[in-house]
Amino acid sequence: MTTLVQFALGLLFGTGPVVAGMFDPATVLNFLDLAAIPSGSWDPSLAFVLLAATALTFVGYRVVLRRPKPMLDTQFHLPHKTRIEPPVTVRPAIFGLGWGLVGLCPGPAFTALGTGRLEALLFVAPMLLGMIAARLLALPSINGAPTQA
Amino acid sequence: MASLLGGALIGLSAVLLMGLMGLMGRIAGIAVRLLPPYLDSETRGRVAFILGLIAAPSIWFLTTGAWPQMTLDAGAPLLLIAVLLVCFSSVWGAGCASSRGVCGLSRLSARSFVAVGTFMATAFLTVFLVRHVF
Repeated sequence: MTTLVQFALGLLFGTGPVVAGMFDPATVLNFLDLAAIPSGSWDPSLAFVLLAATALTFVGYRVVLRRPKPMLDTQFHLPHKTRIEPPVTVRPAIFGLGWGLVGLCPGPAFTALGTGRLEALLFVAPMLLGMIAARLLALPSINGAPTQA
Repeated sequence: MASLLGGALIGLSAVLLMGLMGLMGRIAGIAVRLLPPYLDSETRGRVAFILGLIAAPSIWFLTTGAWPQMTLDAGAPLLLIAVLLVCFSSVWGAGCASSRGVCGLSRLSARSFVAVGTFMATAFLTVFLVRHVF
């Protein structure tokens, strides 16, 4: 039952970028290309996607988090770190570098794979392998951390 | 309009994920835990969620009769470099567009505001260098 719900939620989550054209790396890169603003060829659509998604989540979280627990689990799994340490800027900086290079991040990469395009596999397969490698290297520090997704 | 609708679908999914499962929509975090080593028993749900992401374009195809457009210009070497950077930052908990951007900002998490500001800045800079300098 919960597995089916997870599948449906993944489907819904993936449909958003499909409707918005946002899993297309070209759309992402055209948004990130601020130098295109003066010529009028800048594509602001990613900002609208993020705005709509964040606004709805902002309101929705306030409604559902008021309940004592989620409907299909015994507790909410929220990250608790609130302190800003140096790594909190270093790691996202590296993520932004990779994201800006080709315009793909993990979620849209999976959805792109679903279009049957071979190039997407060129991203997803090394991504999963790289994640295993990175995780094995990082495991001693991950073991001590909460393992929710 | 399509952007707002697509964003709203992402938001709706994030809210339902929290309301039903009590989970943040952290796609990089889910992807990282798809393969071994397994440290908990939530793997089946994660695989199901990712399969849902992969199935989304097929549903679009069945509804509209056309595959959604995708342009991936980067060659294999660039893809591999980008993948490496995304992998390691994800594993080390950098967060991605969904976790920091949508879920973190919605919780008004200071860490997420810093993270989103940082990865947006380096992404802007990267695209500027790739498209206009090199």
